[in-house]
Amino acid sequence: MCGIAGIIHRDGPSDMGVEITKMLQSMKHRGPDSTGYALYSEPDDLVAIRFMLAEPREYGGFGIDERLERNRAEVESRLAKIGADLATIHSDTGYAFRATVRYDGDLKPLADYLEDVPGCEVLSLGSSLEIVKDLGDANTVMEQYSLDRIRGTHAIGHVRMATESDVDLASAHPYWAYPFADVAVVHNGQLTNYHQWRRRLERSGHRFQSECDSEVIAVYLAEKLEEGSDLETAMKCSLDDFDGVFTYLVATSSELGVAKDEMAAKPLVLFESDDLVVMASEEMAISALVGREVETRDPLEREVLTWQV
Amino acid sequence: MAGLTKSSVVYDARGLVEPDPEPPMTAEIDGDRAVIDATDLTTRKINLELRRIVYDEGVDDVTILNPGSKHSLGVGILKRCHITFEGSPGWYACGLIDGPEVQINGRVGWSLAENMMSGSVVVEGPAGSLTGAALRGGDLVIKGNVGARTGIDQKGGTIIVTGSAGINTAFMMQRGRQIVCGDVGNGLGDSMYDGLIYVGGDIASLGVDCVPGEMDDADHEFINRKFEIYGLGTPPDLKKFECGKVLHNYDALEPSERKLVL
Repeated sequence: MCGIAGIIHRDGPSDMGVEITKMLQSMKHRGPDSTGYALYSEPDDLVAIRFMLAEPREYGGFGIDERLERNRAEVESRLAKIGADLATIHSDTGYAFRATVRYDGDLKPLADYLEDVPGCEVLSLGSSLEIVKDLGDANTVMEQYSLDRIRGTHAIGHVRMATESDVDLASAHPYWAYPFADVAVVHNGQLTNYHQWRRRLERSGHRFQSECDSEVIAVYLAEKLEEGSDLETAMKCSLDDFDGVFTYLVATSSELGVAKDEMAAKPLVLFESDDLVVMASEEMAISALVGREVETRDPLEREVLTWQV
Repeated sequence: MAGLTKSSVVYDARGLVEPDPEPPMTAEIDGDRAVIDATDLTTRKINLELRRIVYDEGVDDVTILNPGSKHSLGVGILKRCHITFEGSPGWYACGLIDGPEVQINGRVGWSLAENMMSGSVVVEGPAGSLTGAALRGGDLVIKGNVGARTGIDQKGGTIIVTGSAGINTAFMMQRGRQIVCGDVGNGLGDSMYDGLIYVGGDIASLGVDCVPGEMDDADHEFINRKFEIYGLGTPPDLKKFECGKVLHNYDALEPSERKLVL
């Protein structure tokens, strides 16, 4: 069991960090292991890179400070070598970093070059998207990363109850659809043909950072987008290609979509008004945000919905 | 084992620590009616207060304000009484009840009235999936659409849906009746053992061993009576479906065997 949530503010940026935290915290019972956010703001001239250099469990271990310092210097050096002009870099935790760069080259070589640094995983890349994820509930992660200061236009989030992979940052959602800028996925469910699709996508040159079945959705969508498909078509194809029970949300800088499997075994409720679209695994997350009784609906089996932001 | 003491810490459905599982004593009681404002109460506190009012205070008309989509509200009440929710409960509302007449002025989440034994639950809005799962008796009326697997493993009672229903409606139904006024998704009555299903709209597909039946006077009389009781107006034209008795055929069993399995 996991919980997913999404928000679109049609009336401009809002306190997105606080709002989606309210929703995710209300669904803590669906997954206390880790919490993750894909937060979208107005596109910026700078490319934001969220990356980690170690798992939280490694932090505090023998020699970790020196290793992190060495690897952080290596990341900065590689950014310079590939032509990414570093504007800012900081870490809220010591192991997860946020950098902004001036860079107009291909994102894939940049991501690959950085991930070649020992322990480095790029969590997100883009001019609009920032993925933040860590162990613990939503309030803990919001406080840790000062998300209450983040304003944005839309967001998706996830609370995780680990089932088939480890409780760590690599297995936490959301997943960035490497190497596509500003594409992120959160998922509730199990994909029973995960290994088959992972092998297929790896043969096509895609990389996987975790053993979590949800990552395959992000990589699958990335490949479809790379082939020229639009988001809605890619999501519809996924319903035919993936076996199992799942509901997932995907967001880009300009769209947010939801797909539900043919068994309709994983929940989602949806509220839509003129200025707001909110969706979550459970009604109580919508109540926590909106603060009043609203009319919701459950998307049906095999339903794919997308909204322009 | 010296030094170990039994922990008094308990958790509610949302994982919140509640070291003191006592009713909050916040309800306003006025004669034979009571009102609980659930705004700042957890699931456990709401249910403890409801049980205190119904069982200890003997009040049989309780209104719960601001349920806030919290889970498992109004479960396990085994006494005739009236419970009104002004707002929307979340998942697993009114499960395992035996006797109450429940009115929900809102929507509900998944697994409404699971294992209900008798009484009635009327919802003035839509309901999620698994509505009336393993229903054993009583009436469940949804004035809106419902999700997937409505009445899965239904063992008795009646489910009325004035809107449409999702896939696998009446999956493995064993007894009782379902009336869906709107459309239904794929796999209607899949693997059903017994029971009757009436559908007013389009059916995406029938499940294994679910076959069309002939509407007779008893069917019409039953449906009209239920619609009259719950003020649902004139029933639409309904098509009847029943078990084909190929997959599971309890008619072939001895009476003593039937009693064991049904």
